[in-house]
Amino acid sequence: MGEHILSWMTFFPVIGAAVIAFIPSERKEVIKTVAAAAAAVPLILAVKLFMEFDRATTSFQFVEHYTWIKSFNIEYFMGIDGLSVPMVLLTALLSFLCVIASWNIAKAEKGYFALFLILEAGMMGVFCALDFFLFYVFWEVMLLPMYFLIGIWGGPRREYAAIKFFLYTLAGSVLMLLAMIAFYLNTTDPVTGGHTFNMLHMFDQANHNSWLQLTNIRHLLWLGLFIGFAIKVPIFPFHTWLPDAHVEAPTAVSVILAGVLLKMGTYGILRISYPMLPDAAVWFAPALAILGAINILYGAYCAMAQTDMKKLVAYSSVSHMGYVLLGMAAFTEAGINGAVLQMFNHGTITAMMFLCVGVIYDRAHHREINGFGGLGLQMPIYTSVFSFALFAALGLPGLSGFVGEAMIFMGVFPVYRTVAIVSALGLIIGAAYVLWMLQRVFLGPKNDKYDDLPDISTRELVTLVPIGILVLLFGVYPMPVLNLMKASLNNLIKVVAG
Amino acid sequence: MMSDNAILYSALAILGLPLLSYVLTFFFGKKLPRKGDWIGVGLMGLAELLAIRIFISFWKLGDPTHRVEGSFTWIDLGGFKVDAGVLVDGTTAIMLMVVCTVSFLVHLYSVGYMHGDRRYERFFAFLGFFTFSMLGIVLSNNLFFLYVFWELVGLASYLLIGFFFHKHSAANANKKAFLTNRVGDFGFWLGILVFFTATGTLNYFELFAHVHAGTIKGSLLAWAGVGLFMGCVGKSAQMPLHIWLPDAMEGPTPVSALIHAATMVAAGVYMVARLAPLFGPEAGMVILYVGAITAFIAATIALVKTDIKRVLAFSTLSQLGYMVMALGAGDSVNSMFHLTTHAMFKALLFLGAGSVIHAVHSQEMPDMGGLRKKMPITFVTFVVATLAISGVPFFAGFYSKDGILGSTLAFGMIEGHYLPFILGITAAAVTPFYMFRIVFMTFFGKPRDQEKFDHAHESGWSMTVPLMILGALSICAAGWQTADVGWFSRFMVKYDVPAIAAEFHMEGPAAAEHLDTSHTDDGHGTPADTHAAQADSHAPAGDAHAATADDGHGDAHHDVHHTAHVRAMAMSIGAAFLGILASWWVYHRRKVNTAAIQARLSGVHTVLQGQYFFDEFYAATIYRATLWWAAMCAAFDKYVVDGIVNGTGYLTRMMSWVAGQIDRWVVDGAVNGVAAVLQGAGEGFRRLQTGRVQTYLVYASASVLLLVLVYRVL
Amino acid sequence: MNVGLPHFLTVSAALFSLGLFAVMSRRNAVGILMGVELMLNAASINFVAFSRYVQHGIDGQIMSAFIIVLAAAEAAVALAIVLAMFRNFGTVNADTVQSLKQ
Repeated sequence: MGEHILSWMTFFPVIGAAVIAFIPSERKEVIKTVAAAAAAVPLILAVKLFMEFDRATTSFQFVEHYTWIKSFNIEYFMGIDGLSVPMVLLTALLSFLCVIASWNIAKAEKGYFALFLILEAGMMGVFCALDFFLFYVFWEVMLLPMYFLIGIWGGPRREYAAIKFFLYTLAGSVLMLLAMIAFYLNTTDPVTGGHTFNMLHMFDQANHNSWLQLTNIRHLLWLGLFIGFAIKVPIFPFHTWLPDAHVEAPTAVSVILAGVLLKMGTYGILRISYPMLPDAAVWFAPALAILGAINILYGAYCAMAQTDMKKLVAYSSVSHMGYVLLGMAAFTEAGINGAVLQMFNHGTITAMMFLCVGVIYDRAHHREINGFGGLGLQMPIYTSVFSFALFAALGLPGLSGFVGEAMIFMGVFPVYRTVAIVSALGLIIGAAYVLWMLQRVFLGPKNDKYDDLPDISTRELVTLVPIGILVLLFGVYPMPVLNLMKASLNNLIKVVAG
Repeated sequence: MMSDNAILYSALAILGLPLLSYVLTFFFGKKLPRKGDWIGVGLMGLAELLAIRIFISFWKLGDPTHRVEGSFTWIDLGGFKVDAGVLVDGTTAIMLMVVCTVSFLVHLYSVGYMHGDRRYERFFAFLGFFTFSMLGIVLSNNLFFLYVFWELVGLASYLLIGFFFHKHSAANANKKAFLTNRVGDFGFWLGILVFFTATGTLNYFELFAHVHAGTIKGSLLAWAGVGLFMGCVGKSAQMPLHIWLPDAMEGPTPVSALIHAATMVAAGVYMVARLAPLFGPEAGMVILYVGAITAFIAATIALVKTDIKRVLAFSTLSQLGYMVMALGAGDSVNSMFHLTTHAMFKALLFLGAGSVIHAVHSQEMPDMGGLRKKMPITFVTFVVATLAISGVPFFAGFYSKDGILGSTLAFGMIEGHYLPFILGITAAAVTPFYMFRIVFMTFFGKPRDQEKFDHAHESGWSMTVPLMILGALSICAAGWQTADVGWFSRFMVKYDVPAIAAEFHMEGPAAAEHLDTSHTDDGHGTPADTHAAQADSHAPAGDAHAATADDGHGDAHHDVHHTAHVRAMAMSIGAAFLGILASWWVYHRRKVNTAAIQARLSGVHTVLQGQYFFDEFYAATIYRATLWWAAMCAAFDKYVVDGIVNGTGYLTRMMSWVAGQIDRWVVDGAVNGVAAVLQGAGEGFRRLQTGRVQTYLVYASASVLLLVLVYRVL
Repeated sequence: MNVGLPHFLTVSAALFSLGLFAVMSRRNAVGILMGVELMLNAASINFVAFSRYVQHGIDGQIMSAFIIVLAAAEAAVALAIVLAMFRNFGTVNADTVQSLKQ
């Protein structure tokens, strides 16, 4: 497995899904065990990856490069650098934990776990692909299982949510597809002289033909790619699929949605838009910063008005992804490293929050914030864990959410001072909605209605504690993550902003 | 004497011990004997011993500019770096002493006070966490980690105010405290960002050097200073963000003593005092007025409150106002001095009040009375603290308060701003009045509630020992010097806020000349300026700020200060005795009918009882506006943004419906039409096809006949 | 009165018409069969008549001998069908036997 570590990580879950397809659907425990095993392998490989990843170089590592469809010069080209490695690790970790968190799924387990594993393969592939076509394929592969996971195993309005999610993302993909084809037709492979989907060739501005060097064209292409990615992030005003999808999706799928899928948007901008169209990126940066500020404040205000816990967490994701955009727009070391760190940290923190909401939903069968109260006395351990996640989300120092936000502000303030000041209001509003919810759910007199709710179970703790440890660890000392990414990201700044 | 390394490691140990206590009690407290309270007390005792060692070593050294710094790179991205580091100097040594002493005593006190609480071990865990965070603020050598621990004490405060979170009032109070602090921290964070952006560093002494060198100046410096001060406004509960502190009294009383009286609320003062060189003259003026107004309004509100903890809370606000006022007047040393003495006597007041509350199970003074005989130790120590806060000579509070008033008057005389001094001296007269009101209403007179009185008894040793120790400190903490700041000069030197320096720059020709010289020399002219260049090295001879200040202001300044101090001392002694006398007259001799006064000044009473209606104002404006705006955003999201999305979806469906209709009626219509015609024809012809041979025969015969006719006839 | 070809033909035509009418109008299968016999016989008369009055040898008479044989065979087969029909449907009415039509 050492040779093709990325391929193994991507396709092992597919093997798992295939095996599950041959297990009779009554043998539920076997299906779950196989799924856990299939998700565990990429996690183990991720640890290996973390150990062996060379932190000093800016070039791509663990590269696999083969011809795939010769007539269109499409290649099977996988490789990772400092930008993708934190995302790959996050995907492997959250996928495994989500399989564990899905243990109590009680409907068509076979299909659920098979689709879940295919989803994991799609996500992993997106973060590893270095061929634009391959990237696009994985991007689309991940859509379908997601559609079914929401549409079949979701809440009462699951069909609406699933279709909304699917159409929204598909609309974005179409624009991306157009931009991709435009790139393909106007980029030449310096070796063969033909068209190419190879991203590395597309990064090199010398391979672009004269049409692709027209400013207007470049801005147009940027916009096309941007909208495709913006829907995924999601950036205001393309965000409304998110609350619906999050609310309707089963817990584990919400975790994946918020923890990994949202990052694909910002990852795409950093991986594709920035190096392929650096000048357009710089031209667009102020708008990106302003969109970031809007996301932060708008998301926070919307979160404040929600009465459904999951919806509140969903809008908090909109707000937190705003910080990522803000950091990306600055083209400073602190800003861009902070943005990617925030991507990673938001993945872990928001996963904790969704898992915690799932815990209470499994017991009380509703998520109405105003319907709770006084759970602090009833479920003390759960209260501690959820409070931990919530404080991490409001950016408490010592927990990982703070580090990314602080770095982003330190990186952005010199460049966009006003935007940074306005965005900093998010610190107050963020604290306000989190604490208000904390109060309404956990504090106050004990609620007799919930006298028989058991505290958090060991299985649930198993899913939460590892993430909690990471949140604390990277809050106290973030360098292990930053070391992975800094070389590549500093190089990215150099490439884009000179 | 300790070596620098020993000091550094002791400081780190002091930081680590409460954290260890937190971790042990939080995770294992329930399973340990006595729920692990001995861990907290023991580890804090150890920390206290180390703090004393550091304190003594700095005392012996007697060099206020000596500092020990150690740091490592916390974040390193190549160009962007954030350091984490520890700074120990005289100021730190004092704060370590204050925090560890009060924390240790409060730990000890809590063993008795919190006995039997169902979350006993949690309480000690949170106390440990608070102490760790507070020490982090004290020990940090840069703004970033100052902010980190600044937030962490906020969390500790949140957890401890909400310790009895099953009460709605406590749940509201802790949220309010955290959010109000966040508003302050918003400004604090922006201030930090301005400094970081302008200078590229967050280390205190490097920043001082940058400010001294003029890297950051003018309005930017002013705004940055105001920003940093906002942090102080939030944490030290200054007007207009003071509203959280009275509500914070929902926490258990030891918490009020430790966090909301002695240490955390003083963190803002410590921060501004520590960073005094970063505040320009404009910021200084803001600080001065905010402090003075806070001191005044809090003191007046305290006059009418009847809840013993609330009165103490407002007195804390008032005293913090003094400290901040002193900071604004450029006297950070007296401010820190008052912080130290205040920590002792105010912790004592709260713990004494806690002892009373523990005995009578009520916080309302109208339920108390005559407790003097039942609780002698509590009574004596409480009176000692009251005398100290009142500013009676030879008690600790006298020296520090006198120093503050003197500096404020001096500032007023130089600058022409007399209002802060007037507000300050008024508060100084009001303070003894309401403090003795507590003493007379609680410990003297006849018991108002006989049942509660009968139940009352002196508290156990774990509660009285801390009272006695703090009582002793309230008397001797200032050290009986009449000169300026007494023993404090061994630890801190005066740094003049540029407000004064700048004014001298314009007014006093001699001073101006001197300052000009030092400026043209780029600040390197005097040996004392070396710190600016090498912030990390231990400046050997005198801090530059002190040197510049002394050089710059000359004798004229000194005279003004001297005159001001003499006058202020006279006035403050007068005010103290006036207040005590009036209180005695009103509340002990009962020569004045308070109800009648209350009735006559009902308007004033309403305003004071309503705490100047800050809460109501915020509720009507900011809270409502925020909630309204949040609801608007959510509605916008639901109806407009999602409306557009769903509208697009609906339009698409409409269009597809139309297309469907066309497909069905026009396109399919043509296809079906052909079929229909054929079918109709078939339907008709089917009638001919009867299946009866006879019919066919008729047709055949008829046809033949027809043919015959055609051929034959036609 | 001299009997000539037209007389034969008239008789034959009348006989044929009667037969045809019987075939078209009768509902009874046996009646239809009898009509068919009449028509066959009418044809035989024609053949014989033409054989007598037109110089064509004895072709006509041979033809009518064939027709008689054919009629006998036909009657045998048809009566067998009618018999089978009666057995299966309990009637010899040609109209009611229409199970193929439905």
